[in-house]
Amino acid sequence: MTKPLLSVDNLRIEFNTRRGTLVAVNDISFKINAGEIFGVIGESGAGKSLTGQAIIGLLEPPGKIGAGQIKLNDRRIDNLPYDQMRKIRGKEIGMIFQDPLTSLNPLYTIGRQLVETIQTHTEMTVTQAREHAVDLLEEVGIPAAGKRIDHYPYQFSGGMRQRVVIALALCVNPKLIIADEPTTALDVSIQAQIIALLKKLCNDHGTAVILITHDMGVIAETADRVAVMYAGRLVEIGQVRQVVKKAAHPYAKGLMSAIPSLSQRSRKLTQIDGTMPRLSDIPKGCAFHPRCPECMDMCKENQPGLFNIGPSQVACWRYHDIKL
Amino acid sequence: MISNSKSSPLLKVTGLKQDFEVSKPLLNRLIEGQPRQFLRAVNGVDFVVNSGETFALVGESGCGKSTIANMVVGLYTPSAGKIYFDGIDMARLANRNAEMKLRQRMTMIFQDPYASLNPRWRVSKIISEPIQAFGLLKGKKAILERTGSLLRKVGLSARDGDKFPHEFSGGQRQRISIARALASEPEFIVCDEPTSALDVSVQAQILNLMTDLQNQFNLSYLFISHDLAVVRHMADRIGVMYLGRLCETAPADDLFDDPKHPYTRLLIDTIPDIEMTGRERTPVQGEIPNPMDPPRGCPFHPRCPLVQDHCKTTQPVLTSIGKSRRVACHVIT
Amino acid sequence: MNKILANTGSKKINSVMDVLKRFFDSDLFYSYRQSTVTIVASILTLLIFICSIGAPLIAPQNPFDMGSLDLMDSHIPPTWDEEGDARFLLGTDDQGRDLFSAILYGSRISLLVGFSSVIFALILGVGLGLISGYMGGTLDAVIMRVAEVQISFPAILIALLVDGVLRTMIPDADTEHLAISVLIFSIGISGWVQYARTVRSSTMVEKNKEYVQAARVIGIRPVLIMLRHILPNVMGPVLVIGTIHLAVAIVTEATLSFLGVGVPATQPSLGTLIRIGNDFLFSGEWWITIFPAIALAVLVLSVNLLGDWLRDALNPKLR
Repeated sequence: MTKPLLSVDNLRIEFNTRRGTLVAVNDISFKINAGEIFGVIGESGAGKSLTGQAIIGLLEPPGKIGAGQIKLNDRRIDNLPYDQMRKIRGKEIGMIFQDPLTSLNPLYTIGRQLVETIQTHTEMTVTQAREHAVDLLEEVGIPAAGKRIDHYPYQFSGGMRQRVVIALALCVNPKLIIADEPTTALDVSIQAQIIALLKKLCNDHGTAVILITHDMGVIAETADRVAVMYAGRLVEIGQVRQVVKKAAHPYAKGLMSAIPSLSQRSRKLTQIDGTMPRLSDIPKGCAFHPRCPECMDMCKENQPGLFNIGPSQVACWRYHDIKL
Repeated sequence: MISNSKSSPLLKVTGLKQDFEVSKPLLNRLIEGQPRQFLRAVNGVDFVVNSGETFALVGESGCGKSTIANMVVGLYTPSAGKIYFDGIDMARLANRNAEMKLRQRMTMIFQDPYASLNPRWRVSKIISEPIQAFGLLKGKKAILERTGSLLRKVGLSARDGDKFPHEFSGGQRQRISIARALASEPEFIVCDEPTSALDVSVQAQILNLMTDLQNQFNLSYLFISHDLAVVRHMADRIGVMYLGRLCETAPADDLFDDPKHPYTRLLIDTIPDIEMTGRERTPVQGEIPNPMDPPRGCPFHPRCPLVQDHCKTTQPVLTSIGKSRRVACHVIT
Repeated sequence: MNKILANTGSKKINSVMDVLKRFFDSDLFYSYRQSTVTIVASILTLLIFICSIGAPLIAPQNPFDMGSLDLMDSHIPPTWDEEGDARFLLGTDDQGRDLFSAILYGSRISLLVGFSSVIFALILGVGLGLISGYMGGTLDAVIMRVAEVQISFPAILIALLVDGVLRTMIPDADTEHLAISVLIFSIGISGWVQYARTVRSSTMVEKNKEYVQAARVIGIRPVLIMLRHILPNVMGPVLVIGTIHLAVAIVTEATLSFLGVGVPATQPSLGTLIRIGNDFLFSGEWWITIFPAIALAVLVLSVNLLGDWLRDALNPKLR
């Protein structure tokens, strides 16, 4: 086995509030290999964005890492002082946010922002950095890049802006990019362009991506492996094909069949009854048990860990019944 | 046209237009000598919604679908064109009495479950507002009973009426919105992206609920969405919009099995492939033009793979193809 | 019948308990408990409120009752001074008025004028702001231009101007008993703009929210939408402005009275007392002006601190 690029071990993210400690992410572990696109899917409040923020060291207080380790190339990065983490951010881990407007400074031209980022992390001169920036903009598909480089963010459309953000994330060739809902704010036709671009670039540069989204379609198109999160826990990790076609965990199963299908039209969608619990009252045992159609007595008492089932890992007490 | 159906349509919209003024303030205009500027959000749209059916409008942001929804329920006054509800011209209502009578028969469900409920009102008060506005029931007790039964109908409990909206999740709030919509006993509901703010599993719950209620009360829906998969699931007929115009209307199955207009084809092509059939997708090239300055001729021509010379100068009109489909394209006929 | 009454009674008690429980559990109460400054400020404010409302019961003397004044008692320094008199805790002024009593009665006038003018400004400003924000168009433009013109002058100048104009219009005979109403009107009219501008901008945000559209779809009349839907949702910032404006209004009243155009000397407010004392400051009788000044400062500072806390506590961005 090759060494993983990133490994997250027993990560726990907590919020201290005046009503006690809320556990937003509870004991999750996964590994990402170099060059792999790793999807993280879950509904809002499942803790997927927090996981991404924890990896890149941008958890907003009062959120904090309560336990666990994050290792990049075997080096612990979850307890680094701010200054060292800042160097890793951008150089080794890049970030793409949902809203391209908030990740670009509206007061500077995109050229200046690109050059600044490149110069922070490399030894390039201004001219070299600028040339590199133009190349990058061309690579992300911005027409007339040489001219557009001196434009301000507001002069770009949403899709073009997200391309600039991708260029910004890629400009010093990081090993890992965390993309948090990169296409959610975009229109469907633009969304497809951005997904295709992201996939191609990461392939070309050998960059690994953590793709955080609530849109299973995006994951199915792009990712190699996918992790399904529910109420701050990982319920299933597996190959995308496996999870989409034949999910093992009851929640993942329900999630897949709840997506309206294009090819056939049924009068009734499969639905998961109930709602995801609030962080303040996550049930004992398996967090999904009150909504689970296959709930057993022990599910109400004990939280299942991830069990290896074939190529997948599933957190379900029915693991011995599951055949993959 | 669809007018071959036996009953007359419940909603009929003809030549609908909506201009928004986007001029600078008066003083700036006077000093800088600029004319008033308008954005044509909807540019000559006609369609019908028959009783008991779901007609969906799909399109990307800025195509004017939500503006149409707002005009139909009377939140905007159309700049041109007519809206007939059950044969009544909505712009020519005799008095408030007639207006309220019409308003009682149609209502709307909104997109954002966090903004569509007054945060300072209890749920029972929110749901009883239409009941009181239309004078459907008299007496506190009767109204309370009715709100309770409405809450049960949408899958909540009558006790939830005492709570405030912030105590509910997004999906539950959307259920409350639906209960409020049902409170006025309408025949026709305009649904403006009712599930686009919700998670997939909750979306399934809400869509199923809406289907059940449609069957139970013989409701007609005007369903606005950008999500083709959702539209495919909900709609009987679909209208595809681009830059304020309809480019194709067809029964749902026909539209997905055999899309005619190049934009429809590309739109269907861009849907991420959840079935993983491995089909190659061709992303639509280019971006949506600025609606302030739409292209001449067919608005889709700068992005169209089939573009011909006269597409750039002449605007295509919706023409019937077969008995239930209309397409606005010079090339496809 | 009795049973029903008892039932509704207990229901009322329950709902009151419910509200109380929600209050003590709320973030607002939590942030209050966390801030010592706010607790001290609120205790001081409450103390001044109670003392001034209960002035007739607490004060040893009625300073308005000319009959009880004795010129022999004038210019007596505070009790702890060698020449002090046990009857007059904080000394007396030139007319033999007990300063402690005068301060209690004076802050009553100050608070009365302050509160009334805040309420007047609030109703006027919130009303105009709602109309302006909801209706838009020409009406909005007119209201806002008036507001802008007014805000370009200092509030005190507006108050002085209105006060002066009104005084010349009122026949001399009525000046005395209308003085306070005139003062309230002039201070109130000088302060409505802030309310109107804040309410207008929140209204413009709220009116595009879907709950307002939902009400419009079912044909609720604009006036009812403004009052029932929008008003409760824009009152948060108004409360903050109101509290801070109370401090400003009290100071404005004191300033006007100090300048001699405020309340008549027969009903002295804190400002009037300071003015009277000012004449004796250089003859060494410092207490006549200092004590009312301290009272005014403590009152205004406490109210201001409360307002600051309320602003921070209600602002979700700072939480």
